[in-house]
Amino acid sequence: MSSVVLHPALLLIAAALLLPFLRGTARNVAVLSAPTLALIALWLLPEGKLWQVQWLDYTLAPLVVDKLARLFATIFLLMAAVGGLFALRQKSKLEIPAAFLYAGSAVGVTLAGDLITVFLFWEFMAVGSTLVLWSAGTPTAWAASRRYVAVHLAGGVILFAGVVGQILTTGDASFHAMQANSLATWLILIGFLINAGAPPLAAWLPDAYPEASWSGTVFLSAFTTKTAVYVLIRGFPGTEILIWVGIFMIFYGIVYALLENDMRRILAYSIVNQVGFMITGIGIGTEMALNGAAAHAFAHIIYKALLLMSAGAVLAATNRRKCSELGGLFHSMPITTICGTIGALAISSFPLTSGFVSKSMVTQAAIDGHLQMVWLFLTAASAGVFLHAGIKFPWFVFFQKDSGLRPADPPASMRWAMILFAFLCIALGIWPDPLYALLPYAVNYVPYTAAHVITQLQLLLFSGLAFFVMLDFLKRTPTITLDFDWLYRVAAPAVVKFSGGLIGGVQRAGSALFSGGIQLVADFARRESQPQGLLRRSRPTCSMGLWVMLMLAGYLLLYYVG
Amino acid sequence: MKTTEHWLDEPRNVKKLWRGFLVVLALTVIAGAFVDLHPHFEIESWFGFSAAYGFITCLLMIVGAKALGVFLKRGDTYYARDERDE
Repeated sequence: MSSVVLHPALLLIAAALLLPFLRGTARNVAVLSAPTLALIALWLLPEGKLWQVQWLDYTLAPLVVDKLARLFATIFLLMAAVGGLFALRQKSKLEIPAAFLYAGSAVGVTLAGDLITVFLFWEFMAVGSTLVLWSAGTPTAWAASRRYVAVHLAGGVILFAGVVGQILTTGDASFHAMQANSLATWLILIGFLINAGAPPLAAWLPDAYPEASWSGTVFLSAFTTKTAVYVLIRGFPGTEILIWVGIFMIFYGIVYALLENDMRRILAYSIVNQVGFMITGIGIGTEMALNGAAAHAFAHIIYKALLLMSAGAVLAATNRRKCSELGGLFHSMPITTICGTIGALAISSFPLTSGFVSKSMVTQAAIDGHLQMVWLFLTAASAGVFLHAGIKFPWFVFFQKDSGLRPADPPASMRWAMILFAFLCIALGIWPDPLYALLPYAVNYVPYTAAHVITQLQLLLFSGLAFFVMLDFLKRTPTITLDFDWLYRVAAPAVVKFSGGLIGGVQRAGSALFSGGIQLVADFARRESQPQGLLRRSRPTCSMGLWVMLMLAGYLLLYYVG
Repeated sequence: MKTTEHWLDEPRNVKKLWRGFLVVLALTVIAGAFVDLHPHFEIESWFGFSAAYGFITCLLMIVGAKALGVFLKRGDTYYARDERDE
């Protein structure tokens, strides 16, 4: 056992490097089998520190397995497999290899036992995800990818500074729970939070993700933010500020999604919203809360991918992405409609779906900790999730007024990927025990009590009523909503342009003055070096004698005074 | 056109769905009277708290979003250089 240990992350990354050379059936088989094999390899691993490497003065542990790591690695590999199935017919031959590099790196982070390995895979994730964006091949994707990679490289630099600081001060490279109490740990925390979509930089997510291809966004939705959730669970459990960061993200996601018109951007904002629930759970930091955050990440990856698959199927079939141009698609896309609606119910935590059994644990943790304010926010936010994602997305895409479009359901590979994840959304909701068994701490929680089901139904159904009562207010308009990215897309370039002009002006004026001065001196020197000029003039000996005498007298005076 | 019509396109059926929805809404509130809801906080023990809270907070979120939209909404060609020509 100990001699032949396969690293699941490296397995998937190797497959990613091999895939571009394969064609036809061999490629399709490799796409489906690589994540599956990595999943099997993962489950064959025993718990514990499996690999240790001495590097410089540090002990690196690139392969460490415990329950938390296995949970996240499992869902990442499952996502890679089903995402690969969904993307099988994608024309871009770059996308799936890029997505596997991305997924493999995410698995690498979860299995890393030291900060240096975490950082390395962290950066590989940025590369993989940027390549997924590029493979969309549109000018907007290219522009968005440049902003995306700038934010992530900046986040990487902050994380690296933190990692170096932490290793220098403690002499220990291992990745374990930390307190945000020094510059180094704060930098690590900020580096992690940037990838989670935390304020103020959350705009990178809704800016970039919806620009990927119909299948690319499905991959993008899963790994970066949830890897950030994983490292926060491991690195900063119970850090109180995370409660408020998470609550901000929850409401930011709801408000911006309510205003949004692009169907996939609605779902992108709702990623920030859902990750907010997880971050809040991490901030609460009890076993129940951390279990809830981990379970919610697991459930979220599945239903969010399902929602984005249904949106991707619509995009691939109609080439339209704006709610104001869609509607009435249930006529001709019944399977997509049903699967998308199941995803929408799961994200809203409807009873009998996966969201109900996972998100409730975070809410329960707030109750257990007597955090009434937090609980009120979380409960309002649960209603808001149904509003902005649970009803809004399926209503405007599949129902509302008939757009007259009659595209067919997508091909088999895409259909089966959706059906599989829709099945999981409901299966985990009805039978949560297998998921609970995977959680890092023992679960002492019963989701299905009459009280819980009734209060949740009241909350959700009345928020549904609010949606239809306010429908006129929610009519889609062809608009976008300005976000923090306005600062680096409009304001900063304008400042640079303006100050560039200002500096240029000052420079021109200065250099004119300077060259004028030089010109003046040069002219003077030239003029005075003429035969009759000051510099060529001969001087009488007596006047020289007078000057020397004056200088000597001055010297004598100074000597006397000194 | 008849061939593509769906039972949901019939206004009569939509009306029936609405009635069914309102009945279910009423049932969830009434059920609260017969089941011990284990209130954790005092505010939760008010009759129909979850229903009212869900409805009112959603109205507030919609109005709040609209208010923010007044300041932050722009045409979707605002970042014109980045937008795809459709």
